Amino acid sequence: MNSFIDFISFKDPNVIYVVLGMVFINSSSVLIGTFAYLRKRSLIGDAVAHSLLPGLCLGYILAGEKDITYLFLGAFVTGWLSTYLVDYIVNKTKVKQDAAIGIVLSGFFFFFVVLLTYIQKNAAGNQGGLDHFLFGQAAAINKQEVMLFAIVCIAILLSIMIFYRWLISVSFNMDFAASMGLPVKAIEFLITSLTVLAIATGIQALGVILTAALVITPAAAARFWTHNLRWMLVLAVSISVISGIGGAYVSYIKSGMPTGPWVVLFLSLITLMSFSFSTRKGILASYLKARKNKAKILHENILKAIYQHHEQLEAEGELDYSLMSSEILKIRLFDTTELLKGLRNLKRKGFIREDNKMFSLTAEGKKESRRIVRLHRLWEQYLLKRTTIDTDHVHAGAEVIEHILSPEIERELEIELGIEGIPKEDY
Amino acid sequence: MNDFWIILTASLVAINSALLGSFLVLRKMSMIGDAISHAVLPGIVVAYYFSEDKASIFLLLGATLTGVLTSLIIDFLSKKAKIQGDASIGITYTLLFAVGMIMISGWMQGNVDIDLDCVLYGDIALVNMDKVIVDGNLYVGPRAFYIEFLGFAIIGFCLWIGFKGFKLLSFNEDYARSLGIATGRWHYFLMGLVSLTTVVSFEVVGAVLVVGFLIIPAATAQLMTDKLKPMLLYACGFGILAVIIGYFTAVYFDVSITGSMVSVSTLIFLAITVLKRRKRQTKALLKSSTDLRG
Amino acid sequence: MKSSIEVHNLTTAYGGAPVLWDIDFQLPTGQIIGIIGPNGSGKTTLLKTIMGLLDPASGFVKVFDQPLDKVREKVAYVPQRESVDWDFPASVYDVVMMGRYRKYNLFKRTKDPDREIVLQSIEKVGLSEFKDRQISRLSGGQQQRVFVARALAQGADLYLMDEPFVGVDAATENSILNLLSEMKNEGKTVVIIHHDLQTVSDYFDYLLLLNTRLIARGTPAEVLTKENLTNAYGGQLTLLSKVVNLIKQNEFPIREKDSDV
Repeated sequence: MNSFIDFISFKDPNVIYVVLGMVFINSSSVLIGTFAYLRKRSLIGDAVAHSLLPGLCLGYILAGEKDITYLFLGAFVTGWLSTYLVDYIVNKTKVKQDAAIGIVLSGFFFFFVVLLTYIQKNAAGNQGGLDHFLFGQAAAINKQEVMLFAIVCIAILLSIMIFYRWLISVSFNMDFAASMGLPVKAIEFLITSLTVLAIATGIQALGVILTAALVITPAAAARFWTHNLRWMLVLAVSISVISGIGGAYVSYIKSGMPTGPWVVLFLSLITLMSFSFSTRKGILASYLKARKNKAKILHENILKAIYQHHEQLEAEGELDYSLMSSEILKIRLFDTTELLKGLRNLKRKGFIREDNKMFSLTAEGKKESRRIVRLHRLWEQYLLKRTTIDTDHVHAGAEVIEHILSPEIERELEIELGIEGIPKEDY
Repeated sequence: MNDFWIILTASLVAINSALLGSFLVLRKMSMIGDAISHAVLPGIVVAYYFSEDKASIFLLLGATLTGVLTSLIIDFLSKKAKIQGDASIGITYTLLFAVGMIMISGWMQGNVDIDLDCVLYGDIALVNMDKVIVDGNLYVGPRAFYIEFLGFAIIGFCLWIGFKGFKLLSFNEDYARSLGIATGRWHYFLMGLVSLTTVVSFEVVGAVLVVGFLIIPAATAQLMTDKLKPMLLYACGFGILAVIIGYFTAVYFDVSITGSMVSVSTLIFLAITVLKRRKRQTKALLKSSTDLRG
Repeated sequence: MKSSIEVHNLTTAYGGAPVLWDIDFQLPTGQIIGIIGPNGSGKTTLLKTIMGLLDPASGFVKVFDQPLDKVREKVAYVPQRESVDWDFPASVYDVVMMGRYRKYNLFKRTKDPDREIVLQSIEKVGLSEFKDRQISRLSGGQQQRVFVARALAQGADLYLMDEPFVGVDAATENSILNLLSEMKNEGKTVVIIHHDLQTVSDYFDYLLLLNTRLIARGTPAEVLTKENLTNAYGGQLTLLSKVVNLIKQNEFPIREKDSDV
């Protein structure tokens, strides 16, 4: 617990740098990654990450030392070249996009390996920690670097805010954007440049392989929760920053633990949780919905059975009889425990009364049972009128639909079929 | 003699990868190959952890299952969780690679002896360190060569007897299923073989080198021919060519051997792309001029 | 009458929404049968469900009164032309040879009678001179004929073809039509997804009119009535699509389990 307090109280200045660094780095990558996700080009980020490496080396060789301007320029050139090459290969040959990305990614990466060994053996002095870009060095972020990451992050944020509309139209539909007369080429150039910037910061923390997770995973996780792009951006950034701090914390309390892999682990965990618990399309939400639907179907089927019981006795006008649960079972084959559970619930909701094991409909219940039977039969009539269906299948075809038809659709059915009241099953 | 064994061993890596890579490229699943080659890391770490001597063959085969698991997770994310295909691949392999890295860090004090740099680009120059010596003094080649050769035997045999199946799966999966063929099983069969290549090559050249050899020679071969069997042969040929040129370039400039091999492979691809385009343009030009005359 | 395909109470859903809904029909044998309906009406889904490529949410399919797996040998499937990558390194001969592949001979060598059948099939669609040509160097119509030849090579009794007339030249259309009548004379059954209402009555003996539900079935004269066509094409089924959306939004089960008494 002490270490946790130490961590959040920022006693150690390094912790501040690491946490701030994570905030800026992760935000930059996520902002870019969300657009890449929407453009279905997630793996381009991976290719860019690998291709930055030889650029860094070239910058180093040209400058003769670890000069940040040269490194950055080098990385920018090769990073940009990689996206251009992928597009060139896809457009000009029969090689498809997946292979093109794979070629560019491994080609640049191994060119880097060559350059790295060249520098190690030929350059004076050390190679300036170039190999740190392989696995990242999140724990060693210093003050200057934090400043640099902040500038990059703000630059990306500003560009996205200024060009928001353009970015959306290009991400949504490139051809349409072009037909609207938008400068598609310029926007593409902007996106590529921002991508290179974001990933160039990302690989310092997570390294060349895991950076892809910063770009891809938060966007995918956020997608489970919202349709709205702005919310998606906010959510993805939050998810990523939380994971970043989590990773920093683990490596703080356990020496020798690398930060990057833990960040990725946290990101994946959040994605798994989003998939499980999201309100929009998570498995928990689906399960709850399925339970609710099942209960609704059960209740309505019981009411329907009670109505049909009256119909057999030609008493559907009043619906006043009391009946035992066994009589309901004669109309429709329910599972007995389910039936009893359903009857209890219906009683609680005030649709039926129970008197000495005899069940009868309340006024509410009568109304509801009429509504359901009516919907069932309206739908049967509709199917008969508009489609071809074997008469012995009409009933089954309408069996589920009565539970879902909304009042709006009910009215439309009435108008289309010209039916009032409850039609009989007379086909 | 050293040169000879290095080139021979690397050529086997290139052949294994090129054969399987051709099917990956044709099925537009290159990046799944990339994902598997990264994601076997935790499997390899576990294999090393539990085997006292460096990597018993059976444990390495066990690590192969990690690759199959990878493709299962990718399929789950894209089909059940409805995450885009690209993103599913990225999420899966970064997660598994991260798990592998954490395992290495956690067990570093234990008996796991894996260098992360080695994971990425291996050290083929060290191939000869681990020699197979028969009768006390007869040197019959490095151990890595025999592991690769075993891999080659398995992959070659599987592709030979399953050629029709892989061809059908790659060209028209729906049609294959309409013939009653269990395409799912064939898919995981192929993924298992890709995983096997990565695992057996890991020690020799690093997991990531396999990516280069899986995709680049196959894509180059795709540009050269429009028949399947020649495409496989071309892919192997380009792989071996890259190994040989790459090796001597590396020795000449004193740089990384594996790095040089993949770089050469990429250059061959780019050169052929440009040459083919030039040729096609000339042809088109000739055709249009004859059309004009006609 | 023996039925070639019997579909019973078939519902197939995509992402929770029914694409095919409570479909019931029996198709005759020895006839050329057309499936028509507007775009997105579930025609391809129907063929794929019959072929076992998609799992139905409810209902079942029988082919020649048997489950599909027992009679797969007798059924040939022609997918849409756009469903494959024609850059694939294969020749016309290679693709047609795939028609001879079976579950049990996949690991065996190709036999001479198979080669004979493949060459005959290629000849039947008039592609003999192109048999060694790579498939991307064929015209759209020729590519379609390659697929038809592959189905012929299967030597089936029932053929399911997904839009074989889309994007083909007049020569191909005629050659496929000739083949169809030849096949019919041999007692084979052909089911074809078609989109051109102009030619429907000339091409087919029997029709299914589809729009998520089965709108009509029968001879062209019976099916092509004004009422049926407005029901299928005239936007009369807006209610149906509203209900489909409701089902999808509420993740409602399409069928109640164990409730049909």
